[in-house]
Amino acid sequence: MGRKLIFGFFAIVLAVSFVFISGQAMAAEKKKAGPTQFFGILIYRTGPFAAGGSGIGSGWEDFMELRNMQGGVNGIKYSWEECETAYNTARGVECYERLKDKMVLVHPLSTGITYALIPRGTKEHKVVVSSGYGRADASDGCVFPWVFTTPTNYWSQNSAKIKFIGKQMGGMDKLKGLKIANLYIDIPYGQETKPMLDALGKKFGFTVRHFPVPWPGIDQKAQWLDIVRRYKADWVINRNWGVSCTVPLKEAARLGFPGNRILGVWWCGSEEDVLPAGPAAKGYYTANWHGVGRNFPLIQEIIDKVYGKMKGHISFTRVGTVYWNRGVYTAVINEEAMRTAHKKFGVKVLTGDEMRWGMENLNITAERIKEIGLEGFMAPIKTSCENHEGGKTVLFQQWDGNKWVKVDEIAPMTDFVWKRIKASAAKYAKEKGITPRDCSKVD
Amino acid sequence: MFYRECGVLKETYAKDMAIFPIPLDRWGLGVMLVLAFVVIPFTASDYWLSSIMLPFYCFSLAALGLNFLTGYAGQVSIGHAAFMAVGAYSSLILYGRYGVPLPLSIFGGGIFASAAGTIFGIPSLRIKGFYLAVSTLAAQFIIEWVLTHWQWVSGGVFGTIDAPDMYIFGWIIDTPVKKYYLVLCVLTLLTVFGKNLVRGQLGRNWTAIRDMDVAAEIIGVSLFRNKLIAFAVSSFYAGVAGSLITFTYYLAANIEEFNLFLSFHLLGMIIIGGMGTVLGSFFGAGFMTLLPIFINQTLLTIMERVPSDIRANSEAIVFGGLIVFFLIVEPYGMARLWQTIKEKMRLWPFPY
Amino acid sequence: MTFFFEVLISGLLVGVMYSLVAMGFALIYKASGVFNFAQGDMSLLAGLALVGFLTVMPLWLALLCTFAVMTILAYGTVFIIFRPLVARPPLILFMAAIGLSFLIQGIGQAIWGTDAKGLNIGIPEISFEISGIYLNTFDLTFGGVATALVAGLVWFFQKTRTGRALRAVADDHEAALSVGIPLLRAWAVTWVIAGIVATVAGVAWGSRLGVQFSLSLIALKALPVLILGGIDSILGAILAGLLIGASENLAEVFIGPYVGGGIQTFFPYLVALIVLWFKPYGMFGKEIIERV
Repeated sequence: MGRKLIFGFFAIVLAVSFVFISGQAMAAEKKKAGPTQFFGILIYRTGPFAAGGSGIGSGWEDFMELRNMQGGVNGIKYSWEECETAYNTARGVECYERLKDKMVLVHPLSTGITYALIPRGTKEHKVVVSSGYGRADASDGCVFPWVFTTPTNYWSQNSAKIKFIGKQMGGMDKLKGLKIANLYIDIPYGQETKPMLDALGKKFGFTVRHFPVPWPGIDQKAQWLDIVRRYKADWVINRNWGVSCTVPLKEAARLGFPGNRILGVWWCGSEEDVLPAGPAAKGYYTANWHGVGRNFPLIQEIIDKVYGKMKGHISFTRVGTVYWNRGVYTAVINEEAMRTAHKKFGVKVLTGDEMRWGMENLNITAERIKEIGLEGFMAPIKTSCENHEGGKTVLFQQWDGNKWVKVDEIAPMTDFVWKRIKASAAKYAKEKGITPRDCSKVD
Repeated sequence: MFYRECGVLKETYAKDMAIFPIPLDRWGLGVMLVLAFVVIPFTASDYWLSSIMLPFYCFSLAALGLNFLTGYAGQVSIGHAAFMAVGAYSSLILYGRYGVPLPLSIFGGGIFASAAGTIFGIPSLRIKGFYLAVSTLAAQFIIEWVLTHWQWVSGGVFGTIDAPDMYIFGWIIDTPVKKYYLVLCVLTLLTVFGKNLVRGQLGRNWTAIRDMDVAAEIIGVSLFRNKLIAFAVSSFYAGVAGSLITFTYYLAANIEEFNLFLSFHLLGMIIIGGMGTVLGSFFGAGFMTLLPIFINQTLLTIMERVPSDIRANSEAIVFGGLIVFFLIVEPYGMARLWQTIKEKMRLWPFPY
Repeated sequence: MTFFFEVLISGLLVGVMYSLVAMGFALIYKASGVFNFAQGDMSLLAGLALVGFLTVMPLWLALLCTFAVMTILAYGTVFIIFRPLVARPPLILFMAAIGLSFLIQGIGQAIWGTDAKGLNIGIPEISFEISGIYLNTFDLTFGGVATALVAGLVWFFQKTRTGRALRAVADDHEAALSVGIPLLRAWAVTWVIAGIVATVAGVAWGSRLGVQFSLSLIALKALPVLILGGIDSILGAILAGLLIGASENLAEVFIGPYVGGGIQTFFPYLVALIVLWFKPYGMFGKEIIERV
């Protein structure tokens, strides 16, 4: 029996490697149909954060599918390939290396992968776009020419959050003496905003205390007892990721803490985060940078044309959810960058440098947004050589028990944030020995 | 017929104690070295070098370290990823902040990891088996906590340290080929050292402890010393591996890369590869790091029409299935499989 | 002082939830020597199946179907995976369990999907206050369910024929075989029981976290409980669960603020290490006496 199994195993190994090799050859042949702009999609459909990865990836693909049906961007069609990272940095880097020869722009979709890809992208001239995640100071285009945080970053978000809290309380002067609890997942991603909030607290006179939640954050009873019963917080900022976003809602409800005094990061603001909490989530606010729901002409178009022909990439129920919409947003940014670059360099398959120019000279005006069919979905964006953030608004949404409702649009405290971004980027430049480019000399 | 002891006449003690007494083994090793040092760097694409071979070598090194501890000395640890993290952080700090030369920083990272490992090895003097295994998780969680909470370590708000460019005596190491050579040289050096370590007195002490520690103590093997040395050596290897993979592959020390699952993966590597064998660490690292990538690529081509979420899940199914299948076929690991083949080769082609 | 008791009580109630997971480990380890790392994934599978069935059938039928799934899993695991591995070293069985956990994750999520699903089986979640201490009906219900489950298990193992057979197997495989107890079937029954325990844990945790991949991580919470109580002791799992639930919550609230917080993950291990230093086989674990 032993020997048979061993031979069986070798047969399997041989078969697998044969399939692998022949598959490679086949894949190489297939890709020869016309010039296409290739995007490698670093996705995670499995693992603890599957909701985010699958939603974003699928929304993006659905949008590209639609454009391909319509004949592409100025006639250039999209092509793409998914690569499963399972939110694991080693796998993500492997995906990047595997696809990098074909792609010019990458969304790492994970903090760890972003850190690994920043030096690589810079060296190999691939645009790294970390929309709303990764390093906040990468918004400084002088130090990070190849990295974009379009439309906004965590620091801007937090300054907007404080403004939002002020507005809810009835004026920024009401912030004085307020107690805010910063509940964060205890990994580098979560810790990033601590100094920012401290500084804001000093400026506006509120106290902020930080409550770390150890990974994976499935149990937060102690933190919540502390927040509600001892610290007696007025507001809680929920800066978690994955399952640890959901737990606070239930714990709060259990201790009688009102749901509309919890304000989440935009990675805690999807249907998948609040549905498991049931009624406990009602009233919960989160930040976001794009609209929610299906009531936008472009999304209707995707539903009609892509899902109507059964070519969708995810179950239909998730179309119009936060993560899926975020994928559409991602795709729109990519496409606008392509169009911008086409204007300057001519209609063709873009290289990394051209794509970067496109990203850097984005100017998505309100009229353009209407033209795309996304009025009210996104705020105008204008990037420049120095400003790789581009967005000027953070949206806020509230869970009404069944769906997310947009409640507010708030501009971040740009001066306050950018002073810090500049300082932090300068420190990075010094450590890495980078001479920041002089943006006044770039056209 | 060609692979046999027969006809190998050992005339001196040195020859008797050689690592590979059989000529074919030596030649085989030579071929492997030529392959690794000459053929692969000149033929493989950058993709293969930088994203297949580099992590494979680094994880092999870490697995080798764990194998000393678990395979040879019999002390199970599921906190090894944390020691890799210690190595990664401390070597980056040494190199980036204090300007220690690169090779010294890499080994320095190993030394810090080794110190941490020794401290967390102390419970092994009282605790055994799964109780010890779970206790080593304490190392995983405590080290993670210390590295994230100690502001000085990460030196900034982002909680991560970026890897600076690597220079050895003014010579920059930036291309995949150069990185490959750096990792390969360290790996070869430490493998040779390790192989000799386990052949010597220390290795025999460890084996004695693994097989029965009470008996080992009675014949005069100091448990205290040898167990702690095992922890120290093993976490030294882990630390060096951690610093290498951070310098060459992750490019930033982020505690999330060295999480609990990596610890389990490392343990999986040595169990699948073969405990108590140097070769097994390499096989196991190959299995655990490369197989998912191959499965992914294979499924990508053969299941193209299948919805992608099912495809992503089939990856886990195939991977788990292969682990189980492998354990059933050869519970003692791939190295034992290799051993069996060698036994067969001795008799081949006349097995009777 | 009220606050102290509040933390203590909520810690104990969390501890019950840890015990539920740890008990599954202890059951299987005792009977077959497998350190079943897939226990958390079994809870995940149970949760996924339950949510899936609930969309098309009433609760009682869905529960029944879930138990059926767990039974199939138990028999499949024992007869396909662990039968060929009889008498292998424990570490290899452990690795097989890790392989099994990949399998369960993959299969469960391939069938029922990866997105987070809410699980609500109609247990009321009403908070009320008794002398300044907040309590919740949901937590209390599961405290009750866990107690009932333990009582049921004790009765099963002490009073029924099958239960006694299982204990015999756990004590000595060969002796049990020689008096005619079918070893593999006994193991399968143990896995079924562990599956039921996993289902209860899956429901308890699933209603808090939602049913998604992270549900499998509850296994991590059970590990310090196990070594503190003794890997093969069900009683140990219960008491250690309470102890750890209480101590980690108290530590986080009262020590945490002085050291920067987030000590909840490793504090249980420190407690366990201190106890293990004096009792290397946990509080109630079977001590192995080594002879040369």
